[in-house]
Amino acid sequence: MKEFKLPDVGEGLTEAEIVRWHVKAGDPVEVNQTIVEIETAKAVVELPCPFEGVVAALLVEEGETVDVGRPIIAVDDGSADPAPPPPAAAAPGDREALADDLVPAVPAVPEEAGRNGTAAGGGEKRRPVLVGYGVKPGAAKRRPRRQPPAASGPQGAAPGAVPDRSAAVPGPQAAVPGGVPGPASVATGPQAAAGRAAVLAKPPVRKLAKDLGIDLAALTGTGPQGSITREDVHAAAAAPVRPAARAGTADEERIPVRGVRKATAQAMVASAFTAPHVTEFLQVDVTGTMEAVARLRALDDFAGVKVSPLLLVAKALLVAVRRHPMVNSAWDEAAQEIVVKHRVNLGIAAATPRGLLVPNVKDAQSLSLPELAAALTELAETARAGRTRPADMAGGTITITNVGVFGVDAGTPILNPGESAILALGQVRDMPWVVDGQIAVRKVCTLALSFDHRVVDGELGSLFLRDVGAMLQDPLRMLAWG
Amino acid sequence: MTADASRGAQAPPELVQLLTPEGERVEHPDYAIDLTPEEIRGLYRDLVLVRRIDLEAVALQRQGELGLWASLLGQEAAQIGSGRALTDADMAFPTYREHGVAWCRGVDPVNLLGLFRGVNHGGWDPAEHNFHLYTIVIGSQTLHAVGYAMGMQRDGAVGEDGAASIVYFGDGATSQGDVNEAFIWASVFNAPVVFFCQNNQWAISEPLEKQTRIPLYRRASGFGFPGVRVDGNDVLACLAVTRKALADARSGQGPVLIEAYTYRMGAHTTSDDPTRYRVADELEAWKLKDPIERVKAYLVRNRLADQAFFEGVDAEADALGKDVRRRCLEMPDPGPMEMFEHVYAESHGLVEAERAEFSAYLAGFETEGVEG
Ligand SMILES: Cc1ncc(C[n+]2csc(CCOP(=O)(O)OP(=O)(O)O)c2C)c(N)n1
Ligand SMILES: [Mg+2]
Repeated sequence: MKEFKLPDVGEGLTEAEIVRWHVKAGDPVEVNQTIVEIETAKAVVELPCPFEGVVAALLVEEGETVDVGRPIIAVDDGSADPAPPPPAAAAPGDREALADDLVPAVPAVPEEAGRNGTAAGGGEKRRPVLVGYGVKPGAAKRRPRRQPPAASGPQGAAPGAVPDRSAAVPGPQAAVPGGVPGPASVATGPQAAAGRAAVLAKPPVRKLAKDLGIDLAALTGTGPQGSITREDVHAAAAAPVRPAARAGTADEERIPVRGVRKATAQAMVASAFTAPHVTEFLQVDVTGTMEAVARLRALDDFAGVKVSPLLLVAKALLVAVRRHPMVNSAWDEAAQEIVVKHRVNLGIAAATPRGLLVPNVKDAQSLSLPELAAALTELAETARAGRTRPADMAGGTITITNVGVFGVDAGTPILNPGESAILALGQVRDMPWVVDGQIAVRKVCTLALSFDHRVVDGELGSLFLRDVGAMLQDPLRMLAWG
Repeated sequence: MTADASRGAQAPPELVQLLTPEGERVEHPDYAIDLTPEEIRGLYRDLVLVRRIDLEAVALQRQGELGLWASLLGQEAAQIGSGRALTDADMAFPTYREHGVAWCRGVDPVNLLGLFRGVNHGGWDPAEHNFHLYTIVIGSQTLHAVGYAMGMQRDGAVGEDGAASIVYFGDGATSQGDVNEAFIWASVFNAPVVFFCQNNQWAISEPLEKQTRIPLYRRASGFGFPGVRVDGNDVLACLAVTRKALADARSGQGPVLIEAYTYRMGAHTTSDDPTRYRVADELEAWKLKDPIERVKAYLVRNRLADQAFFEGVDAEADALGKDVRRRCLEMPDPGPMEMFEHVYAESHGLVEAERAEFSAYLAGFETEGVEG
């Protein structure tokens, strides 16, 4: 049995979210077969399997955020490696020790190596800390053991007597539910670490403190010149543990901001506070568009793709961009230039399992209507499956957001950063409408266009919105202007 | 910032090319090459094998077995073409991405992985392979190569059986002071050195236009030596152009700058996400210029290789990938005392003192029971 631990795929990443498993328990896997997609602070990355065999278990669920170094999948490769003990077998008193060992251990200083300068060999097969598992999370995550280890410490023991580490490797379920408990009474963490330089302690005492998760800077030494002794460290390790500092209460839940949520928040703040937004509204009788949608659906050319009002809105927007190219542009602050894009990478805001994403249809201006329909369909399916890649989201030039699907009439959309216009499409509903002096029941929809007032003036924005509206009222105009 | 989706994909007119992306052989007035079918098959095999080594290394990094890897994907032809132009006597100075050149110099690929796994600092002997250690500091190796070439010159290694040095660097490196100083020294001392710049269009996230307003190869004229731009995805052209440049250098005609016009198909390194700064169309445009596909097309079209040959190379590549993986995982971690081993070629007082001190420090752990 082999376990694959979440590696650090960038330099110094500490965690990643499991986005999607490509395999399930019982599946055969090959070396380098893609088994899972993970999302780090840097990118969505596919991980190749390091083993050949049969998937014994997925140890982490989709959507979970996992620390680097934690096992995420078990693969039965027919090898006789000692299986981790079942969690039930761990005595309650061992729990802390198990949690402690979840942090990848620093290998013991190889004794042979220390003496003759060659790599450690011989009896004890030590567990390597793989290079790609990143920086060890450090003492801040550790809890002091209640029981100090054998008095002589691991390095004091004869080589043959080094405890078998594998016996302490916990099963995945041994991970402390809800995360690692709060800090111990001794101060730990980066702030405490800052004062470390001034601390007096001999190297073996430092090693002991590190093993026990004690921050020396927080201790007062009782040794010569205030140096910290072994006893000081043991005393600190035995101090009681304070309860978790920031647990959720019954009245509220605290959700860490990371991944797509974090990216969305940053993008929205950046956009809202750099581009001066103006939003204009237009109510349109889209009865003609709805009829056109129904007739297009019947055509062979659209077999297998989704024909929705969004398709014609997209088409109308593309035609309007051709008439008013400035709308499809970007403000380049550094260069003090307006960059007018000749291609339209049409973004569609999508609510996905991962959160709000805005993938775009590349070169949308060059697509025929059936091609556009196919591209929109694929984009939506990819987004819904949570498989949108960074490349799909990069390089957008203008965006449509279809808030109507949520049953609302209008909104004031925030620009996708780097773009100058975004069109929000409200719901289509039956409304009384004046046609040729008579009140009739028509399909009516509200369009809202937000634009970057640095780039687009009120006149241009109004002309653009009016044109889109006119085409949706009478789709034939798309032919006339397209 | 304007996103020109076809960045670099349009071949500029001054490019030396002998094999088009479609696999058609074309002639060039200054760069003739006459290879046997067997030699061309050999180049194809090189290209496929180094790509396979590279893919395996990327996978190993994704599995936590390497701290980092700089992929050569897309640059195989530039490296194999130039690497195969070298004679045993020539000396090569690489960056961190020259896995293809290392292959041509007979360096065991597992040794390259050792560096990125953190178990050695480049486990090969530069003198044995005439292939210097990888250099991470951008551009500094150009000075080493010029100095080395001046040494060769002073040793009298000039003429038919003379020797030259070749130094690899990127488009971004051309903005470094070191590289420009190296150009000047090479020029005024007429050093037998070939400057081989792989212009892969990007220096991490900085596009070429942030490095230069003129084609890079034209920089050479300002320093007083010839420059040439070659299709870096054309292994035949890279071989022909580098051969000629090396021959010129060896025969006392001084330095040459070769700009191998290519594209970094992957991320800068495994820590990088290029989708954040470049558009997918650019990649798609360059896929059509793949360095391996065009050789394959040429071999197939001219019936110089059959299905069995291609399958054989693929099988060899797979076996190589597996072998590299196995031996990478088996590499022993070095002991802490090993860091003192390779500092100086001969015993050195300060290092010996530090060795003794550190050894005593380590011994302190074994007796901790009675201390403190
Ligand atoms: C002197 C120096 N400055 C900065 C860096 C950081 N750095 C590493 S790679 C790189 C870009 C190099 O680009 P290029 O020369 O085009 O080579 P490529 O990576 O594209 O092969 C930079 C700036 C470095 N290693 N050394
Ligand atoms: Mg470059």
